[in-house]
Amino acid sequence: MAPQAQHVSDPPSAAVADDDRTATKPVRRRRPPSAVTGAVYPVTFLALLTVAWFVVTATELVQPYIIPSPGDTWSTFTDHGAYLWEHTLVTTGETVAGFVIAAVVGILVAVLMVYSPALEKTFYPLILFAQVVPKIAIAPLFVVWLGFGTSPKILVAVLMAFFPVVISGISGLRSVDPELLELTSTMGASRLKTFWKVRFPAALPELLSGLKVAATLAVTGAVVGEFVGANSGLGYVILQANGNIDTPMLFAALIIMSALGVLLFALIQLAEMLLIPWHASRRNRV
Amino acid sequence: MFAKTGEGAGSGAEPAAHRPGGPMVEIRGVDVAFRTGDRTVQALSSIELTVERGEFLSIAGPSGCGKSTLLRVVAGLTSPTAGEVALRGSPVLGPRRDVGFVFQRAALLDWRTARGNILFQAEMRGLPKAWARKRADELMELTGLTGFEKAMPFELSGGMQQRVSLCRALLHEPDVLLMDEPFGALDALTRENMNIELRRIWERTGMTVVLVTHSVAEAVYLASRTVVMGPRPGRVIEEFPVELPGHRDYERTLKNAEFQRITSRVRELLGSTAPAD
Ligand SMILES: Nc1ncnc2c1ncn2[C@@H]1O[C@H](COP(=O)(O)OP(=O)(O)O)[C@@H](O)[C@H]1O
Ligand SMILES: [Mg+2]
Repeated sequence: MAPQAQHVSDPPSAAVADDDRTATKPVRRRRPPSAVTGAVYPVTFLALLTVAWFVVTATELVQPYIIPSPGDTWSTFTDHGAYLWEHTLVTTGETVAGFVIAAVVGILVAVLMVYSPALEKTFYPLILFAQVVPKIAIAPLFVVWLGFGTSPKILVAVLMAFFPVVISGISGLRSVDPELLELTSTMGASRLKTFWKVRFPAALPELLSGLKVAATLAVTGAVVGEFVGANSGLGYVILQANGNIDTPMLFAALIIMSALGVLLFALIQLAEMLLIPWHASRRNRV
Repeated sequence: MFAKTGEGAGSGAEPAAHRPGGPMVEIRGVDVAFRTGDRTVQALSSIELTVERGEFLSIAGPSGCGKSTLLRVVAGLTSPTAGEVALRGSPVLGPRRDVGFVFQRAALLDWRTARGNILFQAEMRGLPKAWARKRADELMELTGLTGFEKAMPFELSGGMQQRVSLCRALLHEPDVLLMDEPFGALDALTRENMNIELRRIWERTGMTVVLVTHSVAEAVYLASRTVVMGPRPGRVIEEFPVELPGHRDYERTLKNAEFQRITSRVRELLGSTAPAD
């Protein structure tokens, strides 16, 4: 549009010229914040924490069996690498399986509940019950039902991760502008098409926040399941190390578990960046 | 030609479409009552209104007098408790595909570009892609959106967003364009510009428009006929044919004696029906 003087007697472009002052120029989509600059603060903080850890253990402010030195913990990683790796794989498998099942079932249930008030009334108390029942208390029951294999651990992970997926899914699917839905009803499109082109994309921001929470809870669920009855996995490693008062091993297992949670969280964050670059929560982040 | 295939459910009376100049919208004895708890709100009472083909009808009235409800009844989004509505001679029995709707909020899809939002209309209707793209480009040029095709909604001002919404409503060549306070959220200057532009588009295309507004000046400047509604129950109080030149220069129209006579009469009526909001 050529910038033009405002002549009201020149209808084709008169109106345009003025309004442009208030319009943002079409800018390129903003790049996601650089991973390097974004990582400065947490990395610095972690480094300081490690230094404090060094100081505390080197000065023997606390006994090594209470807080092992960073060196001892590091040696555990190098000396027992294969052992830790094996059990990490087990827990990772359970966590990922639990998370994926919770995500798929959770989204399905959310969709059903949003589309059918009858199903919503039916499911809601059940879901609430599944959420409030202490997972650590119900885990032994799963062992009785499903044995000592990986399935009871996956089930606890599912149970932990399910709730945030359903809740965020429902609220995301409900966040669609009702006028937009009315508009689509004048377009004669099928409900399925409306779902894929309007409701689901509109639900993504909230759904992805729910999935982030779910991912971290899935790790906890898997480890809780392992506490109750397992001969493998990081929960098992922790119980063993605890019995032997092997705090370096305990620390090593804790570090791996946290790393696992952070990794899953980061993966969903990445998905967020790719799937919803238009969303305000990402746009305004620096 | 594509829009003509887009008929609402249960509207089969095609012949009316071939009757040039016949009424586009016929509203006969329409009542709408909403039941909330044990109270009943009479939103509309015995509405009789005909919109001719190619007419620009504006509806002015205080808040809550049923203006939105009336538009929704025409589009088939709300069913009347009594009475009948017909579009192009075929009765409105459910959401109609042969209308274009513009709301006060642009209601755009945040994740699509301006052009993508306009083409959304075509995708939902399954219209031929090449045709839709060409039409979208034409409409964007008509509304001054050229250059903003790839802009995301959050990058656009309120006025630009509403232009996108207007293009989306026009993409499928609807028989009637329904606008519910489309410029109500815009600042005064942008609103004025949008009025000038909408009038220009109407002068060029000769489409049928029903526009609901709070602004008396907007109602009279834009329309070929203005309807004033009153509240409790929502009803038509009076109609004014707006006998002003077909091509309306904004500044000159505002100074026109006939324009001023109508607007002051409308203001009087609105003042006497309800407190101004
Ligand atoms: N879905 C609804 N349920 C109950 N009452 C409604 C509904 N829609 C509108 N109303 C009522 O009907 C009346 C007319 O509303 P509306 O058509 O939105 O008025 P306007 O657009 O003129 O402001 C108002 O009193 C409003 O509260
Ligand atoms: Mg309204």
